[in-house]
Amino acid sequence: MANLQSDFIGIKSPNPFWLASAPPTDKEYNVRRAYEAGWGGVVWKTLGLDPHVVNVNGPRYGAIHGADRRLLGLNNIELITDRPLEVNLREIKAVKRDYPDRAMVVSLMVPCEEEPWKFILPLVEETGADGVELNFGCPHGMSERGMGSAVGQVPEYIEMVTRWVKANTRMPVIVKLTPNITDVRKPAEAAMRGGADAVSLINTINSITSVDLDLFAPEPTIDGKGAHGGYCGPAVKPIALNMVAEIARTPDMADLPISGIGGITTWRDAAEFLALGAGNVQVCTAAMTYGFKVVQEMISGLSDYMDEKGMTSVDELVGRAVPNVTDWNQLNLNYVAKAAINQDLCISCGRCFAACEDTSHQAIAMSDDRKFTVIDEECVACNLCVNVCPVEDCITMEPMAAGQTDPRTGDVVQPEYANWTTHPNNPAAKAAE
Amino acid sequence: MARDMFAPGIAAGRLEPEAYREGFSDLHPPLDDHEALVQADRCYFCHDAPCMTACPTDIDIPLFIRQIATGTPDAAAKTILSQNILGGMCARVCPTETLCEEVCVREVAEGKPVLIGQLQRYATDHLQAQGKHPFTRAAATGKTIAVVGAGPAGLSCAHRLAMLGHDVTIYDARPKPGGLNEYGIAAYKTPEGFAQAEVDWLMQIGGITFRHDAALGRDITLAALKKDHDAVFLGLGLAGVNALGAEGEDKDNVTNAVDFIAGLRQSDDLSGLPIGRDVVVIGGGMTAVDAAVQAKLLGALNVTLVYRRGRDRMNASRFEQDLAASKGVRIITHAVPLAIHGNGSVREIEFEYVDADMRGSGETFRIPADQVFKAIGQTLHGDDLPDLDGRKIRTDAAGRTSVEGVWAGGDCTPAGDDLTVTAVAQGRDAAMDIHRQLTGG
Repeated sequence: MANLQSDFIGIKSPNPFWLASAPPTDKEYNVRRAYEAGWGGVVWKTLGLDPHVVNVNGPRYGAIHGADRRLLGLNNIELITDRPLEVNLREIKAVKRDYPDRAMVVSLMVPCEEEPWKFILPLVEETGADGVELNFGCPHGMSERGMGSAVGQVPEYIEMVTRWVKANTRMPVIVKLTPNITDVRKPAEAAMRGGADAVSLINTINSITSVDLDLFAPEPTIDGKGAHGGYCGPAVKPIALNMVAEIARTPDMADLPISGIGGITTWRDAAEFLALGAGNVQVCTAAMTYGFKVVQEMISGLSDYMDEKGMTSVDELVGRAVPNVTDWNQLNLNYVAKAAINQDLCISCGRCFAACEDTSHQAIAMSDDRKFTVIDEECVACNLCVNVCPVEDCITMEPMAAGQTDPRTGDVVQPEYANWTTHPNNPAAKAAE
Repeated sequence: MARDMFAPGIAAGRLEPEAYREGFSDLHPPLDDHEALVQADRCYFCHDAPCMTACPTDIDIPLFIRQIATGTPDAAAKTILSQNILGGMCARVCPTETLCEEVCVREVAEGKPVLIGQLQRYATDHLQAQGKHPFTRAAATGKTIAVVGAGPAGLSCAHRLAMLGHDVTIYDARPKPGGLNEYGIAAYKTPEGFAQAEVDWLMQIGGITFRHDAALGRDITLAALKKDHDAVFLGLGLAGVNALGAEGEDKDNVTNAVDFIAGLRQSDDLSGLPIGRDVVVIGGGMTAVDAAVQAKLLGALNVTLVYRRGRDRMNASRFEQDLAASKGVRIITHAVPLAIHGNGSVREIEFEYVDADMRGSGETFRIPADQVFKAIGQTLHGDDLPDLDGRKIRTDAAGRTSVEGVWAGGDCTPAGDDLTVTAVAQGRDAAMDIHRQLTGG
């Protein structure tokens, strides 16, 4: 079994799987159960100043389901901890004392002034916690009060607050970013300028999961009204992966550690975040859906994968895919592929045909006896047939070898790499030198 | 232990009362809402779906399943019923394993088709439970049509004609409408009076009058019907039963399986129905299986189904054969009855093994039998009918017979293949042709 030991900005944990700041980490009882189940660390649910906030007394969550009510997306309107500060601090201290090998990071959210930070940071230090995470991401409720994503959407505020925090604590500082912005690199750069030791992302996405068509009210509905919530779960993973990658591949931020968050449900999801540059990962929805035991699958899965790849530490995986994330204009336009349908695997459902015929390039033929074949003369290798096919690996994209003639264009496939920047159709193209 | 399981001869009340309830309860309990959604989610919404092609009534199966999946079962029901007004019964009795579900791509891929029949039942039950009839009649045309036979073909034809604005009178030889749905299908496939409930629901369209105890050739004549109506549809079914041609066939307790089933279906106290300790059913179709299984469920100790060819040639589907076997019916193949022995009543039946070409092997055997049910096919019954094709009424593709103004469909025609769903399709299509002819449309 591979060694999954993790050292993230000096915070050690037996594996890179942390629970994100959220309901699962709201109190001692849950966190003890999480550690017992095998989680490497937790980010304690966000603390604020007393008097503590209150939550709604109706539903806090809305959901998107797939087949068999598989939970694909979850949205919440829960606020930060609704328990007194003292209670949380006492419990954090007790848990950390009993589980010294596990990471204990405390999420914080106080008003955008230096005094409250000066007040709360020493109290957290006193618990023996390993670090703090600044919640600049929460998109609902707290943002109406000038906190959470209201800070995270203004890079200047991020930088200012981060600077205050760094000036007032010896603990490592992680800045948690909101995805409700246009360019995630700006808030990340601001955090870095402010001295953050790391960024974590993504927080939840502004969302309305559904509308009650009898009440004409958004879900979750509180006495006939609803407010936007924060969206998370498997559905947000692609958005999170992109944002992580955007930061990781920015040269100025190449050394900025990232804690990856967003829809991580399996070891594979976690490995993908690591490969795109996350130093560790945080999980919430998967635990809220299936319970804490899911971490055991994540541990065994990542370990098996690393063994298979001959990796002896998580760091060998971190960032491995970053060099391959590029801009569109760097993609090789001389790479030509064609769809190929494996007739032995095909179950003749015809979905590839419907998709291609109705919405793409009319590149799949259907015979009277329901045999589906690719018309190479029409196929642009868009991959839609692969994506809609219900059978794994039935349709594949097969690259053409250099020297072959693409029957669609009549052009010979060239061996050289050539991208848009030099393409003759590009008005701004520079002649190849 | 059952009360009189071993009582010799023919006796009623062989089982405890609850055994009848259990045995004759729904063969496939209905899907609940969640099960229906899980099943519906398995459908791939295939292009030009094979299941649709396989359905004799061309129901848009992917569409209705998607309508279930999106929480609109009544819309799904309308999709079904617009093609097949007896979609509720077909959902129960169709041999889906040889129709839609056989060609489901998930059957091909995994051996586990989408449960199309049960989804169809889910949708149609949902609508019919509310007493809703989703169709309305077009403006009255002033035309009247006689439909002979209130079975699936006749009901389907009548409903479609009524919907198009015509007035329809259905004549049936029996006291109740429904035909084989009411009299001829195993009780556990359509429990709790579903057949009558479905007819009542169908009749809500309006414009259909039912005249019972009116048999063609006995109470009514084709000539009179033609004179009194603008068109006639014959959906007579097959009232005659083929003879075994075995010595001693006239002995007591050698009866037609269809009569046994009809009596059972009309009984309101199954424990009062006498059944033999040793029962032999001769035949290989659905009727044979329905009779054999129900004989077993009534408490017969030994039920043997004997068929002259191999199992692969049986008209009853493999699912039906396995159902029979699971209920304890013994299936003997490649044997023909030679003689029925007994003094007044049957005591034994003697068979000879035959090869694939029906040549006798010379090897015979005897099976004890208190009761013998014949289920070797039914025949068209009646004189004064349009021209026949072989032993059934000849029709063209639109259902027209040799007599001007007379159409036919269902089991009495060569295209009928003993399936409810095929009869429904023929009745519907004949109605459309009648409509076109009467209205010049």
